[in-house]
Amino acid sequence: MMIKKPSQQFATNGEELIKNALKDLGHHIEQPTRRAFLQRSLSLGGLSLLSGCAVVDEESVENALMKVSRFNDKVQAWLFDPNRLAPTYPESMITRPFPFNAYYGEDEIREVAEESYRLEVSGMVADKRTWTLAELRAMPQMAQVTRHICVEGWSAIGKWGGVSFADFLRRVGADTSAKYVGFKCADDYYTSIDMPTALHPQTLLTLTYDDQPLPPRYGFPMKLRMPTKLGYKNPKYIQAIFVTNTYPGGYWEDQGYNWFGGS
Amino acid sequence: MANGNGLIHPLWVRVTHWVNALAVIVLAMSGWRIYDASPFLGFTIPGHLTLGGWLGGAIQWHFAAMWLLMANGMVCLTSNIVSQRLFHKFCPLSLRSLFADVVAAFKGKLSHADLSHYNAVQRAAYLFVMLDSVVLVLSGLVLWKSVQFPLLRELLGGYETARRVHFFAMAGLVTFAGIHLVMVALVPRTLLAMLRGR
Repeated sequence: MMIKKPSQQFATNGEELIKNALKDLGHHIEQPTRRAFLQRSLSLGGLSLLSGCAVVDEESVENALMKVSRFNDKVQAWLFDPNRLAPTYPESMITRPFPFNAYYGEDEIREVAEESYRLEVSGMVADKRTWTLAELRAMPQMAQVTRHICVEGWSAIGKWGGVSFADFLRRVGADTSAKYVGFKCADDYYTSIDMPTALHPQTLLTLTYDDQPLPPRYGFPMKLRMPTKLGYKNPKYIQAIFVTNTYPGGYWEDQGYNWFGGS
Repeated sequence: MANGNGLIHPLWVRVTHWVNALAVIVLAMSGWRIYDASPFLGFTIPGHLTLGGWLGGAIQWHFAAMWLLMANGMVCLTSNIVSQRLFHKFCPLSLRSLFADVVAAFKGKLSHADLSHYNAVQRAAYLFVMLDSVVLVLSGLVLWKSVQFPLLRELLGGYETARRVHFFAMAGLVTFAGIHLVMVALVPRTLLAMLRGR
């Protein structure tokens, strides 16, 4: 029998105290999703494997799997080579039509109005002002044809163009020693990435798809494109970018997809 | 030949065998669920045969069992090489002896009197499943980290080809396991030997 020690007994300072409180709160808020995940993850097959082992309940199995997933994040961060480039392809290999993918159907695609659009930048950055699309288009642009690999297994090749994300982060004076960059999107999607991937030379804040302004179905006004990460890590319809040391999670990640999600 | 203690399978063989069996069952069943998320062969695997409940759960099982398979595989391979069991048990293997033993097997004349000795069909089957497992692990590494392992990716024909290789290597392993189980059912003493060692 193991007695669980309270892990957050001594908060050393105010910041830590708030962080811990938020973590606790997050845990409680997360519960309904976690229960749903639990039911889904073990309703079929899983228990038959553990039958006869009454000590192991579903929740502890789920927690153990989550811990392995966190461990896998660390292994992936260690394996990630900031200078290794994903393969690029000739334009003749572009998948047409490039598949639409989101957590909702194609009939629910959000239309963001260009005139009123402002990109918010916050957190550990020197320059917290908002950006218009015209300002982003005025920055040096680059394009690349890369393979998008979905967590479901399928892949498709597409051409995305826009601003080097590393350039953008330097331009806003981001603290590049921070751990995470988080994204909030117009379609209520959210996700976050590690700083080394944010600074990878192929990580683009894309404004175009196939040399045309990004159409709504591919995430107008902007999508973060990382050929070093799985599809769900590439947010579309980005409205806000923030740099932080507090783990921001993500829409799918909070339900059980691996957070690092690298390829 | 059995060693001095009358042991057919030393303890490390039995432990790594059963740990491997567990890892392979978890990997195969969760892998089927992952396949179902984007089935590229025109059929899906019935949900009740799969593990994980949904894609995210299946991936968690798959990438947890991956470590079990890897750690256990390393222990098993190292022990096989250090003890030279790999060479004693599975070599030599000639096409002629394989052919002769296949014919004998179909005539029902292949003897299992000495469980410590593998006939040519067994040697071929075990060598096949060892090589197949290597292909499974390498193609799996490409699917997991296609950008980080460029040499491996190109050797396996790129990401999409590696997906197929991974699937068919799984099919090979599952076929082996099916035949393996039938053989164990035909010669139940082999199951006792893998549990008790003799």
